[in-house]
Amino acid sequence: MPQEYRLILKHADQPGYTPDIECYLRHGGYAALRKALATAPRELPDGKKLGPQEVIRDEVLKSGLRGRGGAGFSAGLKWSFVDRRSGKPIYLICNADESEPGTFKDRQILHKDPHQLIEGMIISCWANDVRLAYIYIRGEMPQGARLLNQALREARAKGFLGKNILGTGIDIDIHVHRGAGAYICGEETGLIESLEGKRAYPRIKPPYFPAVLGLYMCPTIVNNVETLCHVKHIVELGGAEYAKLGTPNNTGTRIVSLSGDVKNPGYFEVEVGKVTLGEIIHHENFGGGLRPGRSLRAIIPGGSSSKVLKAGEKFKLRKKGADGQMTQVEADLLDLPYDFDSLQQAGTMSGSGAVIVMDDTRDVVDVLANVSEFYAHESCGQCTPCREGALWMSKALHRMTTGGGRAEDADYLLHIAQNIQGRTICAFGEAAAWPVLSFVKKFKDDFVTRGKADESARASGVVPTAHH
Amino acid sequence: MSFSVPQALENELDELASHYPQKRSASLMFLHALQEHFGHLSQEAVDWTAQKLGLQPINVYELVTFYPMFRQEPLGKTQIKVCRTLSCALAGSAELRAHLIGKLGLDSHRHGPQTTVDGQFTVEFVECLASCGTAPVVMVNEDLLEKCSVADCDRVLAKGRK
Amino acid sequence: MSNVVTPAPAPAAPPPVEKIRIKVDGRDIEVPKMLPDWQGKPVPTTMLQAVQIAGGEVPHYCYHPKLPVAGNCRMCLVEFGTPMMDPATRKPVLNEDGTPKILRSVLPYEPQTPRGAIACATPISPGMELYPSSPATRQMREAVLESLLINHPLDCPICDQAGECKLQEYSVEHGQAASRFVEPKVHKPKAVDLGPRIILDDERCILCTRCIRFTKDIAGDDALGIVNRGSYNTIAAAPGRQFDNNYTLNTVDLCPVGALTSKDFRFKMRVWFLKETKSLCNSCGTGCNIQVGSRENVIHRFEPRENDAVNSSWMCDAGRLNYQWVGRSDRLQEVLIRGARSTWTTAVAEVVSRLISAPKGSVAVVASARQTTEELYLLRAIAARHGAITDSIPREGEGDRLLVSEDRNPNSQGVRLTGIAYTEMGIRLPEIAEGIRAGRIRTLLVFGEDVTQYGLDAELLGQLETLVVSDILPNATTALAHILLPGCAHVEKRGTYINVKGRVQRFMKAVEPRGDARPEWEFLAEIARGLGVASGFSTIEGLFNRMAGEVPALAGVEWAKLGDGGVTVPV
Repeated sequence: MPQEYRLILKHADQPGYTPDIECYLRHGGYAALRKALATAPRELPDGKKLGPQEVIRDEVLKSGLRGRGGAGFSAGLKWSFVDRRSGKPIYLICNADESEPGTFKDRQILHKDPHQLIEGMIISCWANDVRLAYIYIRGEMPQGARLLNQALREARAKGFLGKNILGTGIDIDIHVHRGAGAYICGEETGLIESLEGKRAYPRIKPPYFPAVLGLYMCPTIVNNVETLCHVKHIVELGGAEYAKLGTPNNTGTRIVSLSGDVKNPGYFEVEVGKVTLGEIIHHENFGGGLRPGRSLRAIIPGGSSSKVLKAGEKFKLRKKGADGQMTQVEADLLDLPYDFDSLQQAGTMSGSGAVIVMDDTRDVVDVLANVSEFYAHESCGQCTPCREGALWMSKALHRMTTGGGRAEDADYLLHIAQNIQGRTICAFGEAAAWPVLSFVKKFKDDFVTRGKADESARASGVVPTAHH
Repeated sequence: MSFSVPQALENELDELASHYPQKRSASLMFLHALQEHFGHLSQEAVDWTAQKLGLQPINVYELVTFYPMFRQEPLGKTQIKVCRTLSCALAGSAELRAHLIGKLGLDSHRHGPQTTVDGQFTVEFVECLASCGTAPVVMVNEDLLEKCSVADCDRVLAKGRK
Repeated sequence: MSNVVTPAPAPAAPPPVEKIRIKVDGRDIEVPKMLPDWQGKPVPTTMLQAVQIAGGEVPHYCYHPKLPVAGNCRMCLVEFGTPMMDPATRKPVLNEDGTPKILRSVLPYEPQTPRGAIACATPISPGMELYPSSPATRQMREAVLESLLINHPLDCPICDQAGECKLQEYSVEHGQAASRFVEPKVHKPKAVDLGPRIILDDERCILCTRCIRFTKDIAGDDALGIVNRGSYNTIAAAPGRQFDNNYTLNTVDLCPVGALTSKDFRFKMRVWFLKETKSLCNSCGTGCNIQVGSRENVIHRFEPRENDAVNSSWMCDAGRLNYQWVGRSDRLQEVLIRGARSTWTTAVAEVVSRLISAPKGSVAVVASARQTTEELYLLRAIAARHGAITDSIPREGEGDRLLVSEDRNPNSQGVRLTGIAYTEMGIRLPEIAEGIRAGRIRTLLVFGEDVTQYGLDAELLGQLETLVVSDILPNATTALAHILLPGCAHVEKRGTYINVKGRVQRFMKAVEPRGDARPEWEFLAEIARGLGVASGFSTIEGLFNRMAGEVPALAGVEWAKLGDGGVTVPV
């Protein structure tokens, strides 16, 4: 039976569990940090010697942990790119700017178990020779910021943080930095600019890869809240043991945020790939199905920037059999294992782990208009295709939802979106274009029909042309 | 109107600035703190921040106009942010906004924050508040109202009028 | 610095330049591995530079070789490919014909769609292939251009930039005849008074940020920024602040569209009517290279002309606007002898005869460091014949870290090198005053200076037997002249200045002199001929070359070798 596997959220929702350090310590808190600090050097079979910090980094690499913020990139590899020879300080930034529509998992950690994040961060700092780290938290989470500040004070008072942590002679400190309402701060170089006190304009890459030229032009690691929490569990379990959770190449657990047209929206921590998209929506342990009398229309599987999946879609998935041979199997949308690779093979992504469900009462033109308005509002405006294209798409969709549609608008929208993706400074271009590309391609009839209806209504004088 | 930052607040800000190797980094934190204290960010507050952090006023003004949480005009005592984004929209947030706008006699066609003439309430549509599982959500000052209903909105208005 | 003329031993051979072999539109080409960035620091060569070396062009808006790279306009997106590497051997994979297999860059999530890279910021690597003319590259450019134009007001008929606008130029090459855009445009502030010399039209702005980067990183005045967000982004100064440093007008040059306009030039002249003449700014000792824009003998603007040895691509606002006086109605336009209108023939003969009859030691010359080197040379030659004391007037002001020199004369080095004043200028003026007072000095030649301001007052000048004055505008000295010779603004003649660092630079004639006024070198040459101190010089070239043969510092320099950028001599 598909069910939750709570690792990160093990304690968060237990009755009586509080965000203070005493409670955290009663539940075994900061043991992983002590364990990490006591790591012994290791000699590899090839004779290469790893220092204690390298051992931790190696464990994270072996764990197969993939970033939980959206891109799903190997956390261990990301750490391996850090320029450790520059002589400059190395910074760690926790990306707690949770703002991908549909996502509300980091909120649970920040508000209910802040010390878990802090412990994960201290371990990550130590393992990467970081002396100063920041938590960039959404401006709209003032209570989260207060809780984190309180937790940081507690951790300093207990000697886990600050000068000479746990008698190691090493100083590590973490500060909370509040955003102020900009989705683009979720993009790591935009976040870095924002943390430097500037408009959150993502940087061009090359040359500004954070691992080399990040915060203050120093090597910088940016990891998501959930990702950093996993580091603590990787230390506790060991990388190999952690990798047994989930499925190959999609290890560990992740928190899925479920919202939209389901009976029981909410967050569920599952082993990656061990439950299907259908189970997340329909199973009683998760979404509990659609409302009575409704049928499925569409699923946004990984936050609103991921490409929409249409009810009834079928996909060809490559699967590695027990014999190691790759085979192709056909899978219905609802049978897609909820993991990084399967969703990618289905032409979309699991992104931030946010599933938004739409039932048959929803008009896809209205839904896309809502999504596009978000991206038009959030485009930072730095580079041309996104600055102009995001608002253009939103205006066109607004026109379509206010009686001004045209039969040609489907192609018009595709044209605009196609000219944004892959042409911008950062991945926001894709985030803005993909919903349009996927909705219009997969539901083209709906867009054409609506446009034609508007045209004939205007021709017969029934509805006035959309007013701007 | 003269602009003056109380010593206690300035001390707090100095402490915040010490969190960063480069003072400019403290800009957003300064603006949050000044907005919390003064209710909005006046040109004086922008200039003061610039001077304090060794910046040009345009450096700070660029931020005030980029980040939507910063306000250049005074807002109502009760600030109501209704989430506009998809999950909340699916759960009826447009109706919540329409209800609030109607009850307070504001203009439903206007974008951006709107404040009642008596300065009691500000209502605005904002983008995703990251609580989609309990949609629709509304932030009232710093509190998050989850699974917010029309009746909840009425309670907010009644409380704010007191 | 190029073209340095020094008798020093031959310079050591430059280190070999490391080259990279790439292909541009199918053609093999070798390009240097490193090239200078905007600050002159060697950095890996970019795709844009490589295409330029290959003789092509990559259209761009935000990129400027003298500014930090921004990468925001996306106009320079170029399709490219890289050699496929065998992961095991780390060697290139070859095609059947032995050529390396090239992997065209594609979108990782949509392998049938090419992915471009911004040529301005992407370094080349060995074996790379660039396709700046491919259909995919063209399509990317067209799309960017379409995006830039959807919210643009398309008001070219009344736009000052028309004729030198990159939106217009690229629209011709890469635009589409009709726009698909049917939505309402974003409206932004029009005719914003950004500062005392600049007007901004935010609707025309394409947000390339050249102006912001220039004023922050070059002028050192972080005065401009972007306010609002997304499609509503708007260039602005802080509320209540003026964009007012001495370099603001460079942003007008840098602006690739008609967003930033000069109040001085706004609505004055369609740029395609302007005749462009290579000249120099003479407002200080830096000698910024400029281009004079004129039409029908009227100057309409000065613009900086690139010269990395002098002014990069910039000039100061003060210098740029220092042209209006050329058209003043009170310009000296007549040759006068004792206040009566005369002719050049008569006046030159008169000057010659008076000088010939002047006893040795009774003549003094006050020249101006605003005169050309050739004129100073001739004055010095005339003075030498009479054993005359010569001097000039120093002119000093506050300098800055970018271009403005403390020396406000354009040719102080010319004064020194020709020997008008070997050391400090102006120190012999008291000696001249004393000479006049004592009756030893009976004849004074004054060029381009109002000496009544510098210790030779009207009463003193009244004691002279002969006062020959040449100037451009009237002043107290010209009023007292026995013989008044109307001279030229530098834009009305040819000549050279030597800047504070010893850069010998020539300037060309943009407009005709007023009335009877003539270039000073012409009538000085006639006087010198009359005195028998020099011959020839019917041309400025001949004069310069003769001077270069006599002035030690100019040894080996020739007019023709000066080129547009000048040469540096030891000073």
